[in-house]
Amino acid sequence: MSISSSKKILGAVLVATLAQQAAAAELAVQLEIPRLNVAEYHRPYVAVWLEGERKDAHNLAVWYDLKMKDGEGSKWLKDLRQWWRRSGRDLSFPVDGMTSATRAPGRHRLVFSGADAALSRLPAGNYQLVIEIVREVGGREVLTQPLAWPPKEAARFQLQGREELGAVVVDVKP
Amino acid sequence: MQHSLAAAVLAAGVLILPMPAKAHNVWLLPSSTVLAKAETITVDAAVSNDLFFFNHVPLALDNLHILGPDGQRLPAERPHRGKLRSVFDLSVAQPGTYRLAVINRGVFASYKLKGENKRWRGAPEALAREIPAEATELLVTESLGRVETWVTLGKPSVPPPAAQGLELRPVTHPNDLVSGESARFALLLDGQPASGVEVSAIRGGTRYRDRPEEMTATTDARGEFAFTWPQPGMYWLEASAKDGKVSVPAAKERRLMYTVTLEVMPQ
Repeated sequence: MSISSSKKILGAVLVATLAQQAAAAELAVQLEIPRLNVAEYHRPYVAVWLEGERKDAHNLAVWYDLKMKDGEGSKWLKDLRQWWRRSGRDLSFPVDGMTSATRAPGRHRLVFSGADAALSRLPAGNYQLVIEIVREVGGREVLTQPLAWPPKEAARFQLQGREELGAVVVDVKP
Repeated sequence: MQHSLAAAVLAAGVLILPMPAKAHNVWLLPSSTVLAKAETITVDAAVSNDLFFFNHVPLALDNLHILGPDGQRLPAERPHRGKLRSVFDLSVAQPGTYRLAVINRGVFASYKLKGENKRWRGAPEALAREIPAEATELLVTESLGRVETWVTLGKPSVPPPAAQGLELRPVTHPNDLVSGESARFALLLDGQPASGVEVSAIRGGTRYRDRPEEMTATTDARGEFAFTWPQPGMYWLEASAKDGKVSVPAAKERRLMYTVTLEVMPQ
Protein backbone atom coordinates (compact mmCIF):
# COMPACT_ATOMS: atom_id res chain seq x y z
CA MET A 1 0.00 0.00 0.00
CA SER A 2 1.37 3.43 -0.92
CA ILE A 3 1.62 6.22 1.61
CA SER A 4 -0.85 8.40 -0.26
CA SER A 5 -3.55 5.74 -0.39
CA SER A 6 -3.12 4.99 3.32
CA LYS A 7 -3.50 8.71 3.96
CA LYS A 8 -6.72 8.67 1.95
CA ILE A 9 -8.06 5.78 3.97
CA LEU A 10 -7.07 7.48 7.18
CA GLY A 11 -8.81 10.62 5.93
CA ALA A 12 -11.95 8.68 5.04
CA VAL A 13 -11.98 6.99 8.45
CA LEU A 14 -11.55 10.36 10.13
CA VAL A 15 -14.43 11.89 8.16
CA ALA A 16 -16.64 8.89 8.89
CA THR A 17 -15.77 9.12 12.58
CA LEU A 18 -16.53 12.82 12.68
CA ALA A 19 -19.83 12.22 10.91
CA GLN A 20 -20.69 9.49 13.39
CA GLN A 21 -19.78 11.77 16.26
CA ALA A 22 -21.93 14.54 14.88
CA ALA A 23 -24.84 12.14 14.37
CA ALA A 24 -24.66 11.00 17.98
CA ALA A 25 -24.47 14.58 19.27
CA GLU A 26 -27.48 16.23 20.82
CA LEU A 27 -28.74 19.76 21.30
CA ALA A 28 -31.53 20.29 23.80
CA VAL A 29 -33.28 23.60 24.41
CA GLN A 30 -35.64 23.99 27.31
CA LEU A 31 -37.52 27.23 27.28
CA GLU A 32 -40.06 28.68 29.60
CA ILE A 33 -43.00 30.69 28.36
CA PRO A 34 -44.08 32.73 31.38
CA ARG A 35 -47.71 33.04 32.33
CA LEU A 36 -48.58 36.70 31.90
CA ASN A 37 -51.35 38.60 33.58
CA VAL A 38 -52.56 40.62 30.60
CA ALA A 39 -56.02 41.54 29.33
CA GLU A 40 -55.48 39.99 25.90
CA TYR A 41 -53.20 36.99 25.70
CA HIS A 42 -52.10 35.18 22.58
CA ARG A 43 -49.61 32.35 22.64
CA PRO A 44 -46.26 33.56 21.35
CA TYR A 45 -44.65 32.78 18.02
CA VAL A 46 -41.19 31.29 18.54
CA ALA A 47 -38.24 30.64 16.23
CA VAL A 48 -35.15 28.67 17.22
CA TRP A 49 -32.22 28.49 14.85
CA LEU A 50 -28.46 28.24 14.58
CA GLU A 51 -26.75 31.14 12.89
CA GLY A 52 -23.35 30.69 11.31
CA GLU A 53 -20.59 33.26 11.05
CA ARG A 54 -21.82 34.32 7.62
CA LYS A 55 -25.31 34.89 9.06
CA ASP A 56 -26.41 31.63 7.46
CA ALA A 57 -29.52 30.39 9.25
CA HIS A 58 -30.18 26.74 10.07
CA ASN A 59 -33.71 26.43 11.33
CA LEU A 60 -34.54 24.12 14.21
CA ALA A 61 -38.12 24.99 15.15
CA VAL A 62 -40.80 27.59 14.48
CA TRP A 63 -44.05 27.75 16.39
CA TYR A 64 -46.91 29.70 14.94
CA ASP A 65 -50.70 29.62 14.84
CA LEU A 66 -51.45 26.69 12.56
CA LYS A 67 -55.12 26.44 13.45
CA MET A 68 -56.43 29.53 11.72
CA LYS A 69 -58.34 29.16 8.51
CA ASP A 70 -56.57 29.67 5.16
CA GLY A 71 -53.15 29.72 6.81
CA GLU A 72 -54.03 33.11 8.24
CA GLY A 73 -51.66 32.51 11.17
CA SER A 74 -48.66 32.75 8.85
CA LYS A 75 -49.42 36.48 8.47
CA TRP A 76 -47.58 37.31 11.70
CA LEU A 77 -44.46 35.25 11.00
CA LYS A 78 -42.81 38.48 9.82
CA ASP A 79 -43.00 39.72 13.42
CA LEU A 80 -40.27 37.23 14.25
CA ARG A 81 -38.31 39.99 12.61
CA GLN A 82 -34.78 38.73 12.82
CA TRP A 83 -35.71 35.20 11.80
CA TRP A 84 -37.92 36.54 9.00
CA ARG A 85 -34.98 38.43 7.54
CA ARG A 86 -32.48 35.61 7.96
CA SER A 87 -34.56 32.84 6.43
CA GLY A 88 -38.30 33.04 7.07
CA ARG A 89 -39.07 35.13 4.02
CA ASP A 90 -37.43 32.53 1.78
CA LEU A 91 -39.75 29.74 2.93
CA SER A 92 -43.34 28.75 2.34
CA PHE A 93 -45.47 27.58 5.21
CA PRO A 94 -45.98 25.22 6.91
CA VAL A 95 -42.53 23.59 6.68
CA ASP A 96 -42.60 19.87 7.32
CA GLY A 97 -40.61 18.85 10.41
CA MET A 98 -39.82 22.45 11.33
CA THR A 99 -43.02 24.38 11.98
CA SER A 100 -45.53 23.42 14.62
CA ALA A 101 -48.34 24.93 16.67
CA THR A 102 -47.88 27.60 19.32
CA ARG A 103 -47.56 26.39 22.88
CA ALA A 104 -49.11 27.36 26.18
CA PRO A 105 -47.25 28.98 29.05
CA GLY A 106 -44.97 26.51 30.82
CA ARG A 107 -41.65 24.73 30.20
CA HIS A 108 -41.06 23.17 26.82
CA ARG A 109 -38.13 21.00 25.84
CA LEU A 110 -36.89 20.66 22.29
CA VAL A 111 -34.33 17.97 21.54
CA PHE A 112 -32.41 17.82 18.28
CA SER A 113 -30.18 14.94 17.39
CA GLY A 114 -27.15 15.31 15.17
CA ALA A 115 -28.86 12.84 12.84
CA ASP A 116 -31.87 15.16 12.38
CA ALA A 117 -32.21 16.88 9.04
CA ALA A 118 -31.46 20.31 10.50
CA LEU A 119 -28.15 19.29 12.09
CA SER A 120 -26.87 16.45 9.94
CA ARG A 121 -25.84 18.75 7.09
CA LEU A 122 -24.48 21.47 9.35
CA PRO A 123 -20.78 22.17 8.68
CA ALA A 124 -18.64 21.98 11.83
CA GLY A 125 -18.05 25.45 13.22
CA ASN A 126 -19.05 28.19 15.59
CA TYR A 127 -22.68 29.16 15.76
CA GLN A 128 -25.08 31.36 17.66
CA LEU A 129 -28.14 29.60 18.92
CA VAL A 130 -30.89 32.18 18.50
CA ILE A 131 -34.28 32.08 20.19
CA GLU A 132 -36.72 34.75 19.06
CA ILE A 133 -40.16 35.09 20.59
CA VAL A 134 -42.95 37.51 19.77
CA ARG A 135 -46.49 37.80 21.04
CA GLU A 136 -49.45 39.46 19.33
CA VAL A 137 -50.31 42.70 21.20
CA GLY A 138 -47.30 41.86 23.37
CA GLY A 139 -43.55 42.15 23.26
CA ARG A 140 -40.63 40.57 21.49
CA GLU A 141 -37.40 39.14 22.80
CA VAL A 142 -34.26 37.61 21.31
CA LEU A 143 -31.78 35.48 23.26
CA THR A 144 -28.53 34.16 21.82
CA GLN A 145 -25.98 31.62 22.99
CA PRO A 146 -22.71 30.96 21.18
CA LEU A 147 -21.86 27.30 20.77
CA ALA A 148 -19.65 25.06 18.64
CA TRP A 149 -21.21 22.28 16.58
CA PRO A 150 -20.59 19.42 16.84
CA PRO A 151 -19.79 19.78 20.55
CA LYS A 152 -16.51 18.35 21.81
CA GLU A 153 -17.80 17.92 25.33
CA ALA A 154 -21.07 18.16 27.19
CA ALA A 155 -22.01 21.65 28.30
CA ARG A 156 -24.96 23.46 29.81
CA PHE A 157 -25.80 27.12 29.19
CA GLN A 158 -28.39 28.98 31.22
CA LEU A 159 -30.06 32.08 29.86
CA GLN A 160 -32.72 34.27 31.34
CA GLY A 161 -35.38 36.14 29.39
CA ARG A 162 -36.91 39.36 30.66
CA GLU A 163 -40.62 39.33 29.90
CA GLU A 164 -41.62 37.12 27.00
CA LEU A 165 -39.18 34.35 27.89
CA GLY A 166 -38.39 32.89 31.29
CA ALA A 167 -35.45 30.60 31.98
CA VAL A 168 -33.79 28.94 29.01
CA VAL A 169 -31.48 25.96 29.45
CA VAL A 170 -29.37 24.77 26.55
CA ASP A 171 -27.62 21.40 26.78
CA VAL A 172 -25.16 20.08 24.24
CA LYS A 173 -23.50 16.69 24.34
CA PRO A 174 -21.18 14.97 21.91
CA MET B 1 -37.95 78.14 -3.72
CA GLN B 2 -36.28 74.95 -4.86
CA HIS B 3 -38.06 73.01 -2.14
CA SER B 4 -41.48 74.54 -2.58
CA LEU B 5 -41.28 74.04 -6.31
CA ALA B 6 -40.30 70.43 -5.70
CA ALA B 7 -43.30 69.96 -3.46
CA ALA B 8 -45.59 71.54 -6.03
CA VAL B 9 -44.21 69.38 -8.81
CA LEU B 10 -44.54 66.22 -6.80
CA ALA B 11 -48.07 67.10 -5.87
CA ALA B 12 -49.06 68.49 -9.24
CA GLY B 13 -52.78 68.59 -9.60
CA VAL B 14 -53.26 69.40 -5.96
CA LEU B 15 -51.49 72.59 -5.05
CA ILE B 16 -52.82 75.85 -6.30
CA LEU B 17 -50.39 78.57 -7.34
CA PRO B 18 -48.94 80.77 -6.00
CA MET B 19 -46.74 78.19 -4.46
CA PRO B 20 -46.61 77.93 -0.71
CA ALA B 21 -43.74 79.67 0.97
CA LYS B 22 -42.97 76.69 3.21
CA ALA B 23 -41.70 73.37 1.94
CA HIS B 24 -44.25 70.62 1.94
CA ASN B 25 -43.70 66.93 2.22
CA VAL B 26 -45.32 64.70 -0.37
CA TRP B 27 -45.70 61.08 0.52
CA LEU B 28 -47.29 57.67 0.29
CA LEU B 29 -47.60 55.87 3.61
CA PRO B 30 -48.35 52.13 3.46
CA SER B 31 -49.94 50.28 6.38
CA SER B 32 -47.25 47.58 6.06
CA THR B 33 -44.09 47.25 3.99
CA VAL B 34 -43.11 43.68 4.90
CA LEU B 35 -45.71 40.93 4.55
CA ALA B 36 -45.57 37.22 5.28
CA LYS B 37 -48.88 36.26 3.72
CA ALA B 38 -51.04 37.59 0.89
CA GLU B 39 -53.18 40.38 2.31
CA THR B 40 -54.60 43.80 1.60
CA ILE B 41 -52.69 46.90 2.59
CA THR B 42 -53.98 50.46 2.83
CA VAL B 43 -51.95 53.44 1.69
CA ASP B 44 -52.38 57.10 2.67
CA ALA B 45 -51.29 59.72 0.15
CA ALA B 46 -50.88 63.33 1.22
CA VAL B 47 -49.02 66.60 1.01
CA SER B 48 -48.31 67.76 4.51
CA ASN B 49 -46.32 70.02 6.77
CA ASP B 50 -45.28 67.23 9.12
CA LEU B 51 -44.20 63.68 8.41
CA PHE B 52 -46.37 61.61 8.24
CA PHE B 53 -49.44 63.54 9.35
CA PHE B 54 -52.15 64.32 6.83
CA ASN B 55 -52.73 67.95 7.72
CA HIS B 56 -52.63 69.91 4.49
CA VAL B 57 -54.03 68.55 1.22
CA PRO B 58 -54.55 65.12 -0.35
CA LEU B 59 -52.15 63.82 -2.99
CA ALA B 60 -54.04 63.22 -6.23
CA LEU B 61 -54.04 59.57 -7.29
CA ASP B 62 -54.71 60.16 -11.00
CA ASN B 63 -51.12 59.30 -11.85
CA LEU B 64 -50.71 56.38 -9.49
CA HIS B 65 -48.73 53.52 -11.02
CA ILE B 66 -48.58 50.29 -9.06
CA LEU B 67 -46.30 47.61 -10.45
CA GLY B 68 -46.44 44.07 -9.12
CA PRO B 69 -43.41 41.76 -8.85
CA ASP B 70 -44.21 40.42 -12.35
CA GLY B 71 -43.97 43.95 -13.76
CA GLN B 72 -47.71 44.14 -14.48
CA ARG B 73 -49.61 47.30 -13.58
CA LEU B 74 -52.21 46.83 -10.86
CA PRO B 75 -55.25 48.91 -9.98
CA ALA B 76 -55.68 50.80 -6.73
CA GLU B 77 -58.72 49.47 -4.89
CA ARG B 78 -61.35 51.54 -3.08
CA PRO B 79 -59.67 54.89 -3.81
CA HIS B 80 -60.94 57.79 -1.76
CA ARG B 81 -60.05 61.43 -1.81
CA GLY B 82 -60.77 63.27 1.40
CA LYS B 83 -60.16 66.81 2.45
CA LEU B 84 -56.75 66.06 3.93
CA ARG B 85 -55.59 62.83 2.35
CA SER B 86 -56.19 60.30 -0.38
CA VAL B 87 -56.44 56.62 0.51
CA PHE B 88 -56.37 53.41 -1.49
CA ASP B 89 -56.11 49.69 -0.86
CA LEU B 90 -53.91 47.19 -2.63
CA SER B 91 -54.21 43.41 -2.66
CA VAL B 92 -50.69 42.13 -2.24
CA ALA B 93 -50.89 38.58 -3.51
CA GLN B 94 -47.72 37.76 -5.45
CA PRO B 95 -44.46 37.01 -3.67
CA GLY B 96 -41.90 39.71 -4.34
CA THR B 97 -41.66 43.47 -4.36
CA TYR B 98 -44.35 45.96 -5.34
CA ARG B 99 -43.47 49.44 -6.41
CA LEU B 100 -46.11 52.11 -5.79
CA ALA B 101 -45.53 55.47 -7.46
CA VAL B 102 -47.36 58.68 -8.19
CA ILE B 103 -45.66 60.04 -11.30
CA ASN B 104 -46.39 63.64 -12.13
CA ARG B 105 -45.28 65.31 -15.34
CA GLY B 106 -46.00 68.91 -16.00
CA VAL B 107 -44.89 72.27 -17.20
CA PHE B 108 -44.38 75.45 -15.23
CA ALA B 109 -44.33 78.79 -16.92
CA SER B 110 -43.73 82.34 -15.79
CA TYR B 111 -44.36 85.34 -18.02
CA LYS B 112 -45.33 88.98 -18.11
CA LEU B 113 -48.64 90.20 -19.36
CA LYS B 114 -49.29 93.95 -19.57
CA GLY B 115 -46.46 94.52 -17.11
CA GLU B 116 -47.80 91.99 -14.61
CA ASN B 117 -45.96 88.84 -13.50
CA LYS B 118 -47.94 85.66 -14.17
CA ARG B 119 -47.38 82.03 -13.39
CA TRP B 120 -48.94 78.99 -14.92
CA ARG B 121 -48.78 75.25 -14.37
CA GLY B 122 -50.35 72.50 -16.40
CA ALA B 123 -50.00 69.76 -18.96
CA PRO B 124 -47.48 70.30 -21.80
CA GLU B 125 -50.20 70.17 -24.48
CA ALA B 126 -52.15 72.98 -22.78
CA LEU B 127 -49.19 75.35 -22.78
CA ALA B 128 -49.76 76.95 -26.21
CA ARG B 129 -53.49 77.19 -25.63
CA GLU B 130 -53.48 78.74 -22.19
CA ILE B 131 -50.61 81.21 -22.32
CA PRO B 132 -51.65 84.34 -24.18
CA ALA B 133 -49.75 85.04 -27.39
CA GLU B 134 -48.88 88.54 -26.21
CA ALA B 135 -47.07 87.21 -23.12
CA THR B 136 -43.46 88.36 -22.79
CA GLU B 137 -40.45 87.06 -20.89
CA LEU B 138 -41.94 83.57 -21.11
CA LEU B 139 -39.89 81.02 -19.15
CA VAL B 140 -41.00 77.42 -19.40
CA THR B 141 -39.76 74.64 -17.13
CA GLU B 142 -40.60 71.00 -17.54
CA SER B 143 -41.02 68.84 -14.45
CA LEU B 144 -41.06 65.16 -13.66
CA GLY B 145 -41.69 63.96 -10.13
CA ARG B 146 -41.99 60.50 -8.65
CA VAL B 147 -43.45 59.83 -5.18
CA GLU B 148 -42.86 56.23 -4.16
CA THR B 149 -43.02 53.49 -1.62
CA TRP B 150 -42.03 49.82 -1.83
CA VAL B 151 -43.81 46.82 -0.33
CA THR B 152 -42.68 43.18 -0.25
CA LEU B 153 -44.48 39.91 0.27
CA GLY B 154 -42.03 37.15 1.23
CA LYS B 155 -38.64 37.34 -0.42
CA PRO B 156 -37.71 40.79 -1.77
CA SER B 157 -37.22 41.15 -5.52
CA VAL B 158 -35.75 44.03 -7.48
CA PRO B 159 -38.05 45.68 -10.01
CA PRO B 160 -36.36 46.97 -13.18
CA PRO B 161 -35.77 50.74 -13.27
CA ALA B 162 -38.43 52.90 -14.87
CA ALA B 163 -35.51 54.70 -16.57
CA GLN B 164 -37.38 57.99 -16.61
CA GLY B 165 -36.53 60.81 -14.28
CA LEU B 166 -35.01 60.32 -10.84
CA GLU B 167 -35.46 57.01 -9.05
CA LEU B 168 -33.92 54.67 -6.52
CA ARG B 169 -32.00 51.51 -7.40
CA PRO B 170 -31.52 49.12 -4.49
CA VAL B 171 -28.11 48.04 -3.34
CA THR B 172 -29.66 47.33 0.03
CA HIS B 173 -33.27 46.36 -0.57
CA PRO B 174 -35.74 49.06 0.57
CA ASN B 175 -37.75 46.42 2.43
CA ASP B 176 -34.72 45.08 4.30
CA LEU B 177 -33.82 48.04 6.49
CA VAL B 178 -32.90 47.76 10.14
CA SER B 179 -32.06 50.42 12.71
CA GLY B 180 -28.34 50.78 13.36
CA GLU B 181 -27.42 49.24 10.02
CA SER B 182 -26.17 51.07 6.98
CA ALA B 183 -28.27 50.95 3.83
CA ARG B 184 -26.88 51.75 0.40
CA PHE B 185 -28.85 52.76 -2.66
CA ALA B 186 -28.13 54.30 -6.02
CA LEU B 187 -29.94 57.23 -7.52
CA LEU B 188 -30.66 56.94 -11.23
CA LEU B 189 -31.52 59.68 -13.68
CA ASP B 190 -33.17 58.33 -16.81
CA GLY B 191 -31.77 54.93 -15.85
CA GLN B 192 -28.16 56.13 -15.51
CA PRO B 193 -26.27 56.71 -12.23
CA ALA B 194 -26.86 60.27 -10.99
CA SER B 195 -23.72 61.54 -9.27
CA GLY B 196 -23.34 64.61 -7.08
CA VAL B 197 -27.00 64.75 -6.09
CA GLU B 198 -27.93 65.53 -2.51
CA VAL B 199 -30.35 63.13 -0.88
CA SER B 200 -32.05 63.91 2.40
CA ALA B 201 -33.75 61.56 4.83
CA ILE B 202 -36.15 62.54 7.60
CA ARG B 203 -37.76 60.18 10.09
CA GLY B 204 -41.50 60.47 10.63
CA GLY B 205 -42.97 61.98 13.77
CA THR B 206 -41.59 65.47 13.12
CA ARG B 207 -44.62 66.97 14.84
CA TYR B 208 -43.30 65.76 18.17
CA ARG B 209 -39.77 67.09 18.04
CA ASP B 210 -38.20 70.51 17.71
CA ARG B 211 -35.75 69.64 14.95
CA PRO B 212 -36.41 67.64 11.79
CA GLU B 213 -33.15 65.68 12.41
CA GLU B 214 -32.59 65.56 8.69
CA MET B 215 -29.73 63.43 7.39
CA THR B 216 -28.09 64.24 4.08
CA ALA B 217 -25.80 62.37 1.72
CA THR B 218 -24.41 63.11 -1.71
CA THR B 219 -24.35 60.49 -4.42
CA ASP B 220 -20.86 59.36 -5.49
CA ALA B 221 -19.51 58.70 -8.99
CA ARG B 222 -21.60 55.53 -9.21
CA GLY B 223 -24.69 57.42 -8.10
CA GLU B 224 -24.59 55.65 -4.75
CA PHE B 225 -25.28 56.98 -1.28
CA ALA B 226 -25.74 55.44 2.15
CA PHE B 227 -27.55 56.17 5.38
CA THR B 228 -27.22 54.53 8.77
CA TRP B 229 -30.63 54.63 10.39
CA PRO B 230 -30.37 56.04 13.92
CA GLN B 231 -33.66 54.53 15.00
CA PRO B 232 -36.56 52.50 13.65
CA GLY B 233 -39.50 54.20 11.97
CA MET B 234 -40.85 55.41 8.67
CA TYR B 235 -38.35 57.60 6.81
CA TRP B 236 -38.91 60.00 3.96
CA LEU B 237 -36.13 60.33 1.38
CA GLU B 238 -36.02 63.16 -1.07
CA ALA B 239 -33.77 64.15 -3.95
CA SER B 240 -34.05 66.69 -6.72
CA ALA B 241 -32.04 67.59 -9.79
CA LYS B 242 -32.28 69.66 -12.93
CA ASP B 243 -30.96 69.34 -16.44
CA GLY B 244 -31.62 70.44 -19.99
CA LYS B 245 -33.07 67.19 -21.31
CA VAL B 246 -36.47 68.61 -22.07
CA SER B 247 -39.18 66.91 -24.08
CA VAL B 248 -41.35 70.04 -24.28
CA PRO B 249 -39.79 72.22 -27.01
CA ALA B 250 -40.63 75.51 -25.27
CA ALA B 251 -38.94 74.43 -22.04
CA LYS B 252 -35.40 75.48 -21.21
CA GLU B 253 -34.93 73.31 -18.18
CA ARG B 254 -36.15 70.07 -16.69
CA ARG B 255 -36.70 69.75 -12.93
CA LEU B 256 -36.65 66.27 -11.46
CA MET B 257 -37.90 65.21 -8.08
CA TYR B 258 -37.98 61.93 -6.23
CA THR B 259 -39.30 60.91 -2.83
CA VAL B 260 -39.70 57.50 -1.26
CA THR B 261 -41.14 56.35 2.06
CA LEU B 262 -39.05 53.61 3.66
CA GLU B 263 -39.69 51.60 6.79
CA VAL B 264 -36.79 50.87 9.12
CA MET B 265 -37.37 48.01 11.53
CA PRO B 266 -35.98 47.70 15.05
CA GLN B 267 -32.98 45.40 15.58
